[in-house]
Amino acid sequence: MEITVTVNGAQQTADVEPRTLLVHFIRETLRLTGTHVGCDTTSCGACTVLLDGTPIKSCTMLAVQANGRSVTTVEGLVTNGSLHPLQEGFKEEHGLQCGFCTPGMMLVSAALLEDNPDPTESDVRWAISGNMCRCTGYQNIVKAVLWAAEKGRTESADASQAS
Amino acid sequence: MAVHEGVHGIGESIKRVEDARFIRGKGTYVDDIVLPGMLHMFLLRSPVAHARLVSINADAALALPGVVAVVTGKDLEAHNLAWMPTLSGDTQAVLATDKVRFQGQEVAAVIAESPYVAQDALELIEVEYDPLPVLVDPARSLEAGAPVIRDDKEDQSSNHVYHWESGDKDATERAFAQADVVVNLRTHYPRSHPAPMETCGIVADVNPATGKATLYMTSQAPHAHRTLFAIVAGLPEQNIRIKTPDIGGGFGNKVPIYPGYVVATAASLLIGRPVKWVESRQENLISTGFARDYHMQGELALNRDGKMLGLRVKLLSDQGAFYADAQPSKFRAGLFHIVTGSYDLPAAHVVADGAYTNKAPGGVAYRCSFRVTEASYLIERLVQTAAYELGIDPADLRLKNFIQPEQFPYRSATGFEYDSGDYPAAMNLALEKVSYRDLRREQEEMRAQGRLIGIGLASFTEVVGAGHGKDYDIAGIKMFDSAELRVHPTGKAILKIGVQTQGQGHETTFAQIVASELGIPSEDVLVQYGDTDNVPYGLGTYASRSTPTAGAATSVISRKLRAKAKKIAAHLLETSEEDIEWETGRFFVRGAPDRAVTIQDTAFAAYTNMPDGMEAGLEGVHYYDPPNMTFPFGTYAVVVEIDRGTGEWKVLRMVAVDDCGVRINPMIVEGQIHGGLTEGFATAAMQQIAFDEDGNCLGANFTDYLIPTAWETPDFETFATVTPSPHHPIGAKGVGESATVGSPAAYVNAVIDALAHAGVRNIDMPVTSAKVWEALSQAGLAE
Repeated sequence: MEITVTVNGAQQTADVEPRTLLVHFIRETLRLTGTHVGCDTTSCGACTVLLDGTPIKSCTMLAVQANGRSVTTVEGLVTNGSLHPLQEGFKEEHGLQCGFCTPGMMLVSAALLEDNPDPTESDVRWAISGNMCRCTGYQNIVKAVLWAAEKGRTESADASQAS
Repeated sequence: MAVHEGVHGIGESIKRVEDARFIRGKGTYVDDIVLPGMLHMFLLRSPVAHARLVSINADAALALPGVVAVVTGKDLEAHNLAWMPTLSGDTQAVLATDKVRFQGQEVAAVIAESPYVAQDALELIEVEYDPLPVLVDPARSLEAGAPVIRDDKEDQSSNHVYHWESGDKDATERAFAQADVVVNLRTHYPRSHPAPMETCGIVADVNPATGKATLYMTSQAPHAHRTLFAIVAGLPEQNIRIKTPDIGGGFGNKVPIYPGYVVATAASLLIGRPVKWVESRQENLISTGFARDYHMQGELALNRDGKMLGLRVKLLSDQGAFYADAQPSKFRAGLFHIVTGSYDLPAAHVVADGAYTNKAPGGVAYRCSFRVTEASYLIERLVQTAAYELGIDPADLRLKNFIQPEQFPYRSATGFEYDSGDYPAAMNLALEKVSYRDLRREQEEMRAQGRLIGIGLASFTEVVGAGHGKDYDIAGIKMFDSAELRVHPTGKAILKIGVQTQGQGHETTFAQIVASELGIPSEDVLVQYGDTDNVPYGLGTYASRSTPTAGAATSVISRKLRAKAKKIAAHLLETSEEDIEWETGRFFVRGAPDRAVTIQDTAFAAYTNMPDGMEAGLEGVHYYDPPNMTFPFGTYAVVVEIDRGTGEWKVLRMVAVDDCGVRINPMIVEGQIHGGLTEGFATAAMQQIAFDEDGNCLGANFTDYLIPTAWETPDFETFATVTPSPHHPIGAKGVGESATVGSPAAYVNAVIDALAHAGVRNIDMPVTSAKVWEALSQAGLAE
């Protein structure tokens, strides 16, 4: 069946089998391979994307359920050629090693910072607890998110001063 | 080594080069590769643990539109591919022909135009199994009359796999005869799984015109895999190219060759189109690369004043249905004989036997240098047990028995020559950082208030960085490693290394080695690996061997090129080579520091203005065979509190002191330690691949095989001491596995320490709250 999904701001229309998982639509149909598959049971979060701003695990949702809605993947974090503060933070604080969980971690953190620009360490740990990482032990991921939060707050303060 | 300004060399926490693609979602993992005409393969696996294979009917599957082929063991038999060798000299079924021997064993493969169709077809294949008795306990496997699992092997009349001994039995017996105290520990180091976030997979692309097989594989050892593929499949080695794209974690899981790789390659060869196989998480956990599963019995003999006299260990390893340990071929229980650890133990003896069971094969070195983790756990738990029996503080008992700094190089009772160490320094730093003596007082006070606090220590010593080639080989290939450095005319360089990265950051750290050795800024050095057509031969990355082997090779080849550049510098400065001095990045005339040329100047001259008779270019390759292994060490201190109402235990503090010699990039080293401490915590607290008595795997997905999230994972306080390796060119030892090796004992020791006053001496891992609750109840401490 035909679906239209707004992905990273662009409308995408495709004919998909009704049973197509959203993650396969993103990866195979749209060839946005930054979204990964790490398990079969909605446990690991490597496939996390934002659906209308809310983090969801795209391996456990059908593509047709996203019809008419808006999806953000890791490829959509860069805006106007600039890295998202989270992308900078992950690099600055060594929040990634093999990189496989990183897109999901950044997206779930983006949703957190949208809701709560000044999270505590505990807030961050809770927010990312649906996403697994085997390399980092999470400590530097937490630092990366807090780095991004700080940068985000500074930028919005600067922006409000400028206006 | 001093930090060299400006070149971002050894000792600087520069940010990682590889992050640029990963943070943008632009990494390329195996599953991201799509080739024109590519087919998709899925494997049918046995639902039962032990059965005769009576028949396979694939007619309905073949009739499904989109299915291209169904492959069975019989098909592979016709090409002599139904069985393959393992890394421990055994054989393993690629697709079952006679029997299935574990749940999840590969039975048939479907190759189809789309992944969904392939999976539909799997359900249409009819397989008839004739069930056989199932063995899940290695001790029962070895009982007389047990059904023989490996009846495919002509010389196999029981389930016994190997017998291996290390150390001096008689000397150990004498030590025990003189002992005042002998303490025992019987424990099972549970079966575990590395479970990297990316599962295993391959895109096999055999060109029907040329016969060239390009295999994009999740491989931690591409060259070794190429050679094994050549031997197994009988393909000419120059026609096999293994390319590793980005790898989403390895931890030992991606060292073996799995049936899926072989079948996909055979299918591509026979069909003439590329074939992709990527396993699901369930397949990953039930069929590939388990780790540990050692039943261990340790005895430590001591004087009444706490001096250790001897160590005796009996091991029974559960090998599953095929003996597939990834380990150097001369060592049947890996490097378990490092079990004397950090202690000056005059006598030790280890006896190990392996047994076949109806479980998946593997025995991979899960973030561990070949069974070192099991060894470290056993000795560190035994020392703690001895401390309680003798009434000596566990820290003091360790300090009393450490190998002293002046004893290095130290020959252990099982034959290792430890390169360097300062164990008291690492221990004392950890004790200071955790405020150990104060904590002991607080522990007493808390206990008086009814609260259970435990302090656990582990002072581990690892042995990593295999070879040397004289004693260490994988399937006959000596464990050297390599680096090829090409300095271009403009002074930029490309470094090609024989080891692999699966998240360790080699693209950054290996460039830092070149920067310090040759003075070319690390950002000007492109590091390549994982393409057997384009990088020199190497044995790959596992056993913390990248820095000790290929890191050393990088250092040596950089120095060789520097020696050539020095000749060029003398030519350019019109003086004799003897008058040329070096400082990072430049050569100058002794006594006239203004008369200088840069390394970049010499690189340009190597192609444009070399001395008469000199070969052009500034390039070279070095194969490094280390003279010895390296021996990283450290002390971990864990503080826990146990909830008397639930048995839950919470880590209040985790202080880690690591000594891995010289640190190339301290940020990356710390990242490695964080990851290892987390996997150590996982092992201690929750990870286990268990089976029911019918051989059903009870850890088949992430809802049953528990790995910690950010919420459970403790916060780590990390510290360093630096004791360089005397035989490594830059004094580095390797660090990727220290924390996984050393930390499980520290966590478990902490839990036991909270309960020791009530007589509790052991809880087998994983130390779940249910087990702790049981111990609390039995000790009368439950609330």
